[in-house]
Amino acid sequence: MAYSEKVLDHYENPRNVGSFGKDEEGVATGMVGAPACGDVMKLQIKVGKDGVIEDAKFKTYGCGSAIASSSLVTEWVKGKTINQALEIKNTEIAEELALPPVKIHCSILAEDAIKAAVADYKKKHEA
Amino acid sequence: MLKFPIYLDYSATTPVDPRVAAKMIPWLTEQFGNPASRSHAYGWDAEKAVEEARAQVAALVGADAKEIIWTSGATESNNLAIKGAARFYEGKGKHIVTVKTEHKAVLDTFRELEREGFEATYLDVQENGLIDLDVLRAALRPDTVLVSVMFVNNEIGVIQPIAEIGEICREKGIVFHVDAAQATGKVDIDLGALKVDLMSFSAHKTYGPKGIGALYVRRKPRVRLEAQMHGGGHERGLRSGTLATHQIVGMGEAFRIAREEMAAENVRIRALRDRLLNGLTSIEATYVNGDLEHRVPHNLNISFAYVEGESLIMAIKDVAVSSGSACTSASLEPSYVLRALGRNDELAHSSIRFTIGRFTTEEEIDYTVELLRSKIGKLRELSPLWEMVQEGVDLDTVQWAAH
Repeated sequence: MAYSEKVLDHYENPRNVGSFGKDEEGVATGMVGAPACGDVMKLQIKVGKDGVIEDAKFKTYGCGSAIASSSLVTEWVKGKTINQALEIKNTEIAEELALPPVKIHCSILAEDAIKAAVADYKKKHEA
Repeated sequence: MLKFPIYLDYSATTPVDPRVAAKMIPWLTEQFGNPASRSHAYGWDAEKAVEEARAQVAALVGADAKEIIWTSGATESNNLAIKGAARFYEGKGKHIVTVKTEHKAVLDTFRELEREGFEATYLDVQENGLIDLDVLRAALRPDTVLVSVMFVNNEIGVIQPIAEIGEICREKGIVFHVDAAQATGKVDIDLGALKVDLMSFSAHKTYGPKGIGALYVRRKPRVRLEAQMHGGGHERGLRSGTLATHQIVGMGEAFRIAREEMAAENVRIRALRDRLLNGLTSIEATYVNGDLEHRVPHNLNISFAYVEGESLIMAIKDVAVSSGSACTSASLEPSYVLRALGRNDELAHSSIRFTIGRFTTEEEIDYTVELLRSKIGKLRELSPLWEMVQEGVDLDTVQWAAH
C-alpha cells in the first residue's frame, strides 16, 4: 500500500511520543481501540488552569496510518481549549493525511482518543 | 554488496532461475510451434519439448510422466482436482473434507462445492499447525468422497503427515488430493510410495515461471475427474487449451534443477534460516508460529508481541516479507492460519513470514536481524501495550473498547 507523504513523515518522525507522569497536575488520558483489532491509541493531554491544553503526548500500537493520525492530533490539540479540541473531526484528520478509505477507521480512532481524554479530564476535574 | 529491498518472500514467488529463463526463450521466438500440430516439424519439436518437461516434473515427484497434466498453476490444479473428483464421484457420496489452514484456492473451491450441495468438513489443526490423525479419522464418513490436505503450509511452512493420511484414505477408498505448491524442491516427494491420488504443483514457487502448473492424476489405482475446461481435448481431455510450450519447458527445467540440487540447497538454506531464527528470537517477547521440526527449511514465521504487523512492515521496508496481518484489507482480520493455531488476534497481527531462497546470502540475513532489532525497539517505544506490560499490567485483564 502506498502511503501519503504526510503519513510517512509522521510515521518516521512521530511528534510528542511518550507519557506524562500519572500524578502530574492537569493530566488526563484517553485509551481507545483493542489489540485484537490491530490498533490501540493512548492520548494524554495536559490542561492548564484556564482550560487550555498546554501539552499532549501519545503512544500507539497500530498501522502507520494509526500512528500518523495520533501523532497529528497531539499537534492539533495543543493550544486549544478542551471544548475546541472536541470539535476536531475525523474527516479533517483523514483529509490532512490523505488516508485511503480502508484507513478511515484510524482517523475515527484518533477522534475517539481526543473525546476519551477530554472525558477523563472532565471526570477528574468537574466531579 | 546488498541489494535493496532484500527479498525474503520466496514463498510468495521465486525469481526465475537464469538457467530456466535461458532454456525458455527459444521456445518463444524460434521454436514457436503448437505442440498439437501433427503435420510439421514445428509442432513435433514443441511436442517433444513438452514431453521432456513432463518427464522432468514427474521425476521430481516419483510419478510416471503419463500422470502429469499441465495447468495454469496450482490454483487451477486445485480447482480441477477438487471439483473434478467431487463431481465425478458424487454418486458415491457428497461429503468432502479439508483443513482450516489450507490455501484459499482449496478453501474457496470447497465453498463453491458447498453451494452446489456438497457437505464440507473443515478440520482444526493442533497448536503446532499439524492435523491430528484421530481428528481426521473421526471426520470420515461412509459418504466421504474426497480429502484435501496441503503438503506444506504457505504461511508457517509446516509439513503435514501426508503418508499417514494417504494410508487412512486409501483404506477407506476415499480420493486424496494434496496441494504441493509449497513443497517441491523443499521436501522429498515420492508418489510411488505415497498413497496420494491427486497432487497440485506450481512452477513459480520453485524458480520456474508464473502461469504454469501441473496436476498429478494417479493411474494405478485410477482416479477419474470431470474436466473443468472444455475444448480441443488436450491433456487427455482433462484440460483443453493450447499448451504454453515455453512455460512448460521452464517448469521442466526448474524441476530438473530442483531434483539435482535440492539436497545441497536445503542444507545451505536451513543454516541461513537457523541464523535468522537465532538472531530474531534473541529479541524479547518473540514467538515462532508453527512446528519447528516438521517444517520446510526455508520458512520462519514469527510474532513480535506488542508491535503491529503492518507498521513493522513499513519500518522494515528494506526487506520484502509478508505479514500475517491483513490490516490493509477492509476486513481487518488477521491471518486465519495463525488463528487456527490458537494464536490470539494480537499475536496474529504482529506476525511476519520470512522465506529464504536460492539467492539469499548470510550478509542479507545479518542485515535483516539488525534491522528488526532496532525497528522493533523503536516501535515498542511507541507502543502503549509494551508500556503497560513493562508496568506489570496483564493485557488480558484490560477491558478494551472494541471498535
